[in-house]
Amino acid sequence: MSATIDLPGFADPARDAQRAFRAVLAAMAEPGSLRMAGDDLIAPAPLAPATAAVLLTLVDGDMSLAMDAATYPAHPWVIFHCGTTLTEPAKARFIVALDCPDLSTLPSGSDEAPEESSTLILQVRALGSGTPYCLSGPGLRSPMILRADGLPADFAAHWAANHALFPRGIDIILCAGATLVALPRSMTVENA
Amino acid sequence: MAYVAVKGGERAIDNAHAWLAETRRGNPDVPEIGVAQIAEQIGRAVDRVMGEGSLFDRELAALAIKQSQGDLIEAAFLLRAYRTTLPRFIHSEPVDTAGMAIRRRISATFKDLPGGQILGPTYDYTHRLLDFALASEATVAAAPEASHPVGEMAHVHSLLRHEGLLENDEPAAAGEPGDLTRQPLSFPAPRDVRLQALARGDEGFLLALGYSTQRGWGGTHPFAGEIRMGEAVVEIIPPELGFPIDIGDITLTECQMINQFKGSKTVPAQFTRGYGLVFGHSERKAMAMALVDRAMRAEELGEDVTAPAQNIEFVLYHSDNVEGTGFTEHLKLPHYVDFQSELETVRRMRRDMAAPMAEVAQ
Amino acid sequence: MDAAADPPSPGLTERQRWMAVLARANAAELAALLETVPPLPAYRRLRGPESGLVMLRGRTGGAGAAFNLGEMTVTRCTVRTDDGLTGHAYVAGRDARQAELAALVDALLQDATRHSAVQQAVINPLAEAQQRRRERDGRKAAATRVDFFALATMRATP
Repeated sequence: MSATIDLPGFADPARDAQRAFRAVLAAMAEPGSLRMAGDDLIAPAPLAPATAAVLLTLVDGDMSLAMDAATYPAHPWVIFHCGTTLTEPAKARFIVALDCPDLSTLPSGSDEAPEESSTLILQVRALGSGTPYCLSGPGLRSPMILRADGLPADFAAHWAANHALFPRGIDIILCAGATLVALPRSMTVENA
Repeated sequence: MAYVAVKGGERAIDNAHAWLAETRRGNPDVPEIGVAQIAEQIGRAVDRVMGEGSLFDRELAALAIKQSQGDLIEAAFLLRAYRTTLPRFIHSEPVDTAGMAIRRRISATFKDLPGGQILGPTYDYTHRLLDFALASEATVAAAPEASHPVGEMAHVHSLLRHEGLLENDEPAAAGEPGDLTRQPLSFPAPRDVRLQALARGDEGFLLALGYSTQRGWGGTHPFAGEIRMGEAVVEIIPPELGFPIDIGDITLTECQMINQFKGSKTVPAQFTRGYGLVFGHSERKAMAMALVDRAMRAEELGEDVTAPAQNIEFVLYHSDNVEGTGFTEHLKLPHYVDFQSELETVRRMRRDMAAPMAEVAQ
Repeated sequence: MDAAADPPSPGLTERQRWMAVLARANAAELAALLETVPPLPAYRRLRGPESGLVMLRGRTGGAGAAFNLGEMTVTRCTVRTDDGLTGHAYVAGRDARQAELAALVDALLQDATRHSAVQQAVINPLAEAQQRRRERDGRKAAATRVDFFALATMRATP
């Protein structure tokens, strides 16, 4: 029922989306760096403001979106404000999850069109604290430590399999609170 | 060879724009034309700009016509540019042209069709004599009204269908139709993409191609099975509602060409069809589109592909007047360096040719 | 199935009908008619009003496979009244005021205590005017219907 949509989206859609887009762009260009997004957005539970801001910015009716079961209460809000319908993860260009899915089941593009892969928007408990991971690769002058709380214990192993697909592969945007971090497929992620 | 820096034209450009604005306005003693006047009184130009600009919005098209001083291709270009600034919310449900509120509906194949021949506001029976009365302003009497309005009218071709003499509409395909504003053209282009390209194609180009098929360049023996014009309802299904809602009406012109087809080893002789559907009241364009649509089906129907109108790649690559304008008019841009190098080449060739001739002369 | 979709309800067709009427009403008409109804609840905008595009689709041959015909402008708005009702509007064109008022009226009409007053004051007059315009055009079209006479009939006519 549309009555469950009682929260607005961006107050100023064009400006706010540009600001969040800029944050995602900077996060992708400098993997592992913490960026702010959605800090003035009231996100529908259980989505974090950063998750909601990334969705409002990147997803519209032309983009296919899948959301995992844990995000269910926020579905009407997302469908309404993004103007999209939901599909299954295997067919989606964007996947929102609170529980990290098996990366190998998500669309990773083709060698001819690696850009047709999916982006996983993964909401975690915290960024900047928690388990340390060592990041290296394009965009980083030297390896760096990213701390994240809420990734599965075997995340580094799964990521290695994803990274090996390059130029195919999944890109991840980690979100917690009003903070996001990007892990493009080109990154090497190891347990630190 | 390096590029020659071309700078310093800013003031000239600003001044050129100022003169353009003054020229656009014309003699200030003559009242300025309003956008509403264009939308109301230059309606066919508005229709054409909406069609070729691929954006249905009468006010925007009228504004574009004013801005371009009535250069309709420039106006279509302005609309195309403007549409890129707007987000696409959703696609409509396919418009139900059988259910349109008819303003005009004629058939050249059936005299006594159910619902009758409705001439509508047509130029067909005018004598093409300049009407000097229009040069002075006068009130126009309201058009006569019959006692009962016209009702919904079934498509003419649906009346022939039961005999099996006319090909059926191809069944609705699963999946989304192609969209050349999202995916670049690739060949062989399917019919849905071809129709989209034709609907936004240049009326003059399609007219010439359609005409060429009538003159034997890929002839298809066409009959105007039906031409209809009127208002069709636009329905969308917003994801947040989940049911269809009606967002307004658009004026459309539709043409169904019925074409002779000899049949092939597998298909008995029957009539085939070409289809035209365009924004606004644009009958010439709808008819030309239907002729060219049918011509482009040559390969599918096992006919020899010999004429330009049957060549899908040729038609689709050259039907768009905004693209055509871009590539033709880019020749105005500085080509100083290219030309310098060609000039050198020609001079050298002449020197090379002159030298042996001089020897011969000696 | 969309989680957000309104479940089908007996009032669905009626709501579709009023939304269709609102989509064809201009902002000035709507504002004037809304003046005549009892005090309105306060409301806030949940989304929009914002203008965008709808990709129009046709069918090959009129009834076959769908194809993309070209786009049109549309303006949408969603409001939520202080009574907790959500009103949606999608209207052809770029009139933000029309979309916002249409969304407000959509919300008001879902309120059982206001429904009949708003229906009578706003929707009915608009629907009647729209119907009159449609019928007038239909009668003008009918006046251009060709009546063919066979030659024999023509001779018989004095």
